[in-house]
Amino acid sequence: MRLQVNHRTSYRFDPPKRGVAQSLRLWPSLFDGQKILDWNVDIEGAVRGASFRDGAGDLIETATFLGSVENVVVEVSGTVETTDLSGVLRGHSEKVPPLAYVRRGPFTHASPAIRDLAEAAVKDAGSPIAEAHALATAVGEAIAYVPGETDERTTAAEALEAGRGVCQDHAHALVAAAISLEIPARYVTGYLHAVGAIAEASHAWAELYVRDLGWVGFDASNRVCPDERYIRLGSGFDAIDAAPIRGVSQGSGAEALSVDVTIIDAGQQ
Amino acid sequence: MLKKPNYFNEMGSGNAIRPPYEGLGAWAAEMPEEFRNTKQSEAEALFRRIGITFAVYGEGGDPDRLIPFDMFPRIFAAQEWRKLERGVKQRAKALNAFLMDVYGRGEIVKAGIIPGRLVYQNEAYEKAVVGIKPPRGVYSHIVGIDLVRTGPDEFFVLEDNCRTPSGVSYMLENREIMMRMFPQLFRENRIAPVESYPAQLRRTLASVAPAKCDGEPTVAILTPGHFNSAYYEHSFLADMMGVALVEGQDLFVKGDFCYMRTTEGPKKVDVIYRRIDDAYIDPLCFRPESMLGVPGLMNVYRSGGVAIASAPGAGVADDKAIYTFVPEMIRFYLGEEPILNNVPTWQCGKKDELKYVLENLGELVVKEVHGSGGYGMLVGPRSTKEQIEVFRLKIEDNPGNYIAQPTLALSTCPTFVEEGIAPRHVDLRPYCLVGENIELVPGGLTRVALTDGSLVVNSSQGGGVKDTWVLAE
Repeated sequence: MRLQVNHRTSYRFDPPKRGVAQSLRLWPSLFDGQKILDWNVDIEGAVRGASFRDGAGDLIETATFLGSVENVVVEVSGTVETTDLSGVLRGHSEKVPPLAYVRRGPFTHASPAIRDLAEAAVKDAGSPIAEAHALATAVGEAIAYVPGETDERTTAAEALEAGRGVCQDHAHALVAAAISLEIPARYVTGYLHAVGAIAEASHAWAELYVRDLGWVGFDASNRVCPDERYIRLGSGFDAIDAAPIRGVSQGSGAEALSVDVTIIDAGQQ
Repeated sequence: MLKKPNYFNEMGSGNAIRPPYEGLGAWAAEMPEEFRNTKQSEAEALFRRIGITFAVYGEGGDPDRLIPFDMFPRIFAAQEWRKLERGVKQRAKALNAFLMDVYGRGEIVKAGIIPGRLVYQNEAYEKAVVGIKPPRGVYSHIVGIDLVRTGPDEFFVLEDNCRTPSGVSYMLENREIMMRMFPQLFRENRIAPVESYPAQLRRTLASVAPAKCDGEPTVAILTPGHFNSAYYEHSFLADMMGVALVEGQDLFVKGDFCYMRTTEGPKKVDVIYRRIDDAYIDPLCFRPESMLGVPGLMNVYRSGGVAIASAPGAGVADDKAIYTFVPEMIRFYLGEEPILNNVPTWQCGKKDELKYVLENLGELVVKEVHGSGGYGMLVGPRSTKEQIEVFRLKIEDNPGNYIAQPTLALSTCPTFVEEGIAPRHVDLRPYCLVGENIELVPGGLTRVALTDGSLVVNSSQGGGVKDTWVLAE
């Protein structure tokens, strides 16, 4: 599939901030399922630099704004040729040992309920890949997709208790469930060409490390493994660690955020 | 307990005074009490004047209290020191090789020598620096190795400190004050100097400047601020090295580099000696709510624009569970036999070892894996039955969090006490510098347990400090 992305994130600060720093993870991953045809990240007025590829294979760049900042607009646009690999992250170059992901984080701490759900799900699974599918299905069934019920600070345990959430909650809960069984798991961000699918165009899912296959993606919100409708950007322990744009600003005052994402199938045009 | 003959007295006794201490015995014994009291107050006044105090968290009382200084020096003969020096350098080298390895190809795990889960699931293992090769391959630039002595030739490593070992300012100040108070001792004895430490530290830090730095590297010390218990040391070292002491808000990231605000405008910083924990160093990489760090610093570090000492992630090497494997590291990376021994250690996370520990709590020292400062530990032989039972429950609740070691017969050194001079237990922390070269100043920080019979030397638990002499050949 040839997916064309336009992703505009704008921040308005009132009163203006005294400085803003951002760490960007906004470039599609390099693996057999994705080929970047063109890709641009524009940020007016920013000083850019300190760019590198991290141990997880993500391209990272830094943007800073010095002095008074009223507006920050991050514009991402580009085209990616995607192939369905049934969620398998084949051909992705990375150095972080999978075991490094088996660790409790603030969002992925396994409550007794998460542990119970995980243990029940894998009871009759039989193989590592079947276990991973069973976990993803169990999380998707336990947390209904209901926008507006949770926020960016909701933990996996809280989302499961509420039984409602969005893609971020599904991904956190799946990571927490997998880690409770000592299965390496991580939070993944990207885009979804969402015709007929639930969830936003700016999307998140989880990857579990499956013996013999490596990292495999599971989208518990849509109960599928990522296919050619998905573009993968990067990964981390949780939504904060994997955030496409992670920022801090200096100075008090309100921040208004608006995000606009459109994904179109350029092959259809 | 003190009278027990099984403690090695470093001075010797009676007619058998050990050579390094010859002369000092008479000096101390012949010191009139009045003179001694005068000198002791003089020392306290000096420490107070220079402002070297130590705040202890969670103990209440005077946060600016002095660490007691004992005027009786702790002395090593040249040949004793030579062995220690080789052993400490060997260990510092192996620990750095381990860090390069576990953030790189992980050969020691692949070889089955250290279990991957102990390394990669360790809280101190930083995913964010995997694949980063710091300048000269050094992660831990200042390695503090805590040593105890149990006999003439028996030294044991109690723990390694690869992050930001504190206390070196005491090593320097103790010497300074001894020289001021007892100049004749320094004329009569050939004592190797420690004053070159700040210059060596500065040289070490400059030697790990990143490749992108052209010209003379700018070094700065990053402190969490004056509320930190070691703030005195941060400002002292900055002064002694002639480098800037900065807080997070004094630094900012722009493009590929990190800059500090100065009265003459922004100045690029090439090497940051940070005395802030990993978690707080950059809110864009670690704890998002941290106000102490520098936003974007980790990206500049990871893209080679600045060096950080110690490198983020260095803590995985000084974890108490990893400690057990340091002798194996020395064999694996250096192909050498360890010069300094480890203390035998039981991992409570292992079932059979836990059983042994629980059956022998009265004999053992039990520590938290991530604990420090002498907090949260049990010294079996010096604890009541109730204390032992309370600790037993804690261990049973979370065995993986504890390790146990035999209660070591720490050596004693003569110490001025109320009644005159008496032996008190001591340990030693030398500070090894790792950069272009591996260097160790002849000396270190000797801590002394001032309470009769106590084996806990931590300043937070009533310990004091002594000047540490290494005699020249």
